[in-house]
Amino acid sequence: MWKSLKENRTGMAGIIIMLIVILMALTAALIAPFDPAKQNLMAKLAPPVWSGGTLEHILGTDQLGRDILSRIIYGSRVTMLVAFSGTIWAGIIGITMGAVSGYYGKWVDAVIMRIVDIQLSFPFILLALFVAAVLGRSLTNIILIAGISNWVQYARLVRGEILSVKEMEYIEAIRSVGGKNGRIIMFHIIPNVISPVIVQATLGMARIILMEASLSFLGLGVPLEIPTWGRMLAEGRDFMLTNPWLAIIPGVAITVTVLGVNLMGDWLRDYLDPKLDV
Amino acid sequence: MTKYIGKRFLQSIIAIWGITLIVFLVLNVAGDPITLMLPPTASFEEMEALRQKLGYNDPLIVQYWRFLSNALRGDFGQSYNYNEPALSVVLERVPATVTLAVTAFIISLLIGIPTGILSAVKRNSVLDTMIRSFALLGQCVPAFWLGIMLMLFFSVKLKWLPTSGFQSWNALILPSLTLGLFSAATITRMLRSNMIEIMGKEYIDTARAKGLQNTIVIMKHAFKNALSTILTVMGLQIAGLLGGAVITETVFAWPGIGRLLVQSINNSDFMVVEVIVIIMATSFVVVNFIVDILYCIINPRIKLQ
Repeated sequence: MWKSLKENRTGMAGIIIMLIVILMALTAALIAPFDPAKQNLMAKLAPPVWSGGTLEHILGTDQLGRDILSRIIYGSRVTMLVAFSGTIWAGIIGITMGAVSGYYGKWVDAVIMRIVDIQLSFPFILLALFVAAVLGRSLTNIILIAGISNWVQYARLVRGEILSVKEMEYIEAIRSVGGKNGRIIMFHIIPNVISPVIVQATLGMARIILMEASLSFLGLGVPLEIPTWGRMLAEGRDFMLTNPWLAIIPGVAITVTVLGVNLMGDWLRDYLDPKLDV
Repeated sequence: MTKYIGKRFLQSIIAIWGITLIVFLVLNVAGDPITLMLPPTASFEEMEALRQKLGYNDPLIVQYWRFLSNALRGDFGQSYNYNEPALSVVLERVPATVTLAVTAFIISLLIGIPTGILSAVKRNSVLDTMIRSFALLGQCVPAFWLGIMLMLFFSVKLKWLPTSGFQSWNALILPSLTLGLFSAATITRMLRSNMIEIMGKEYIDTARAKGLQNTIVIMKHAFKNALSTILTVMGLQIAGLLGGAVITETVFAWPGIGRLLVQSINNSDFMVVEVIVIIMATSFVVVNFIVDILYCIINPRIKLQ
């Protein structure tokens, strides 16, 4: 694994980006120079340090004088929390549905696959927006939405893989010694499909990060008092003429993070599935 | 082929029915439309009165039946904000969204197809690396941020294009570019990997061995076979465009249904929200049905399956 990573510079870059963001999220309270909610109207709309600002507020301050760097650091918490828990949640629903669908076949399969079809006929962000609008703003809701709007890909993937392994001899062998269905699925089928699932998870995570940012941007994300990158961008937009950095910085944070996830995903795909030489 | 189309048609109808069911359930079971419609200060009596008036005290199945049969007649109720039938409020804004989505779609093809081919043909060259980096970046940049950045550069800094609105043709450029770039990036990436796979096939070697010109080999033998991939991606991109329209329209104050959706959510005008969600999802189903038929026409192997 190390060797492959050393040879793949972009994959390495992706992992480093991810580690930085995760570390930022975990140690936000320690490393943030200011309280992200602390207003200081005396120092509002300060430019970042490279554009005439001071070292006190490296990335400047917003319209209420809150420190941008601290808000970016704290914002990474929501991004990472939603990204990881949303992905896990989507994975659990998707793998279970896909496994059940592929293993039992018949009407169970037909029903689950129709649900998948229907869900796929919703533009992803539309479903998220709709559910967010109805359920209201909260962190739990966003994670819930991330899960229910992303499980479908796992379900299809796992179902497909199961269809191809379930007739194999080793499964029959386990059944002949009395292995139960649940046990066969958990211990003998799912481990076989884990690598495509991991690759799918990184792609899904990138989507979830963008989804959370979009919902926050539209004001339908987590409650307004929690700093998020999408929300910062939406607020910064009003000061585009005078203080463009307010809108630029959070966007860079989102883009770099999504880039990190994608680069890591590309490397994982190459590493786990060397057949794909693209 | 008739059998295949018939089957897909039936599936599409089921999908559309499923959409109405999901929309209904999310609005009426997960949420409470009455609390969404009334201000938070409304008293319990006021809420009950409205509930009774609009029939929300009936059993769910009765409500769903009423909703479905009204919907089939094109009646989605009144918009609270506009005091007009919700459907006509939405339909008025459909042309703006269609204009935007179609332009964005054309842009994505104009960018995505040539770059995809070039990057596959000149594999591992500097050009390929550049195209790949841009395509990757295009998939990582959030649409709303890209929109704001384009606005900042072209409208604020260079003052070439208007920041928002719908007044002139050049107001269309930035929103459709914002919307189209993500799709363009996806098309580039998919086309590249598909072309590379095809270029490794034996019939390409045969074509070359016959002494055919490189351009002909690439365009006639390889690209033509990659068309079915493009078609599939295109079908999926429509969903991206519709969803992306919600964000792009909001950023550029474009008077389409995407912006109306966000406004209606903020104003709790849920009759309008319902119509938009159903229209967007239905048009996506319809487009994919058409794509599948086209797919069947250009790829006759499907018929056999």
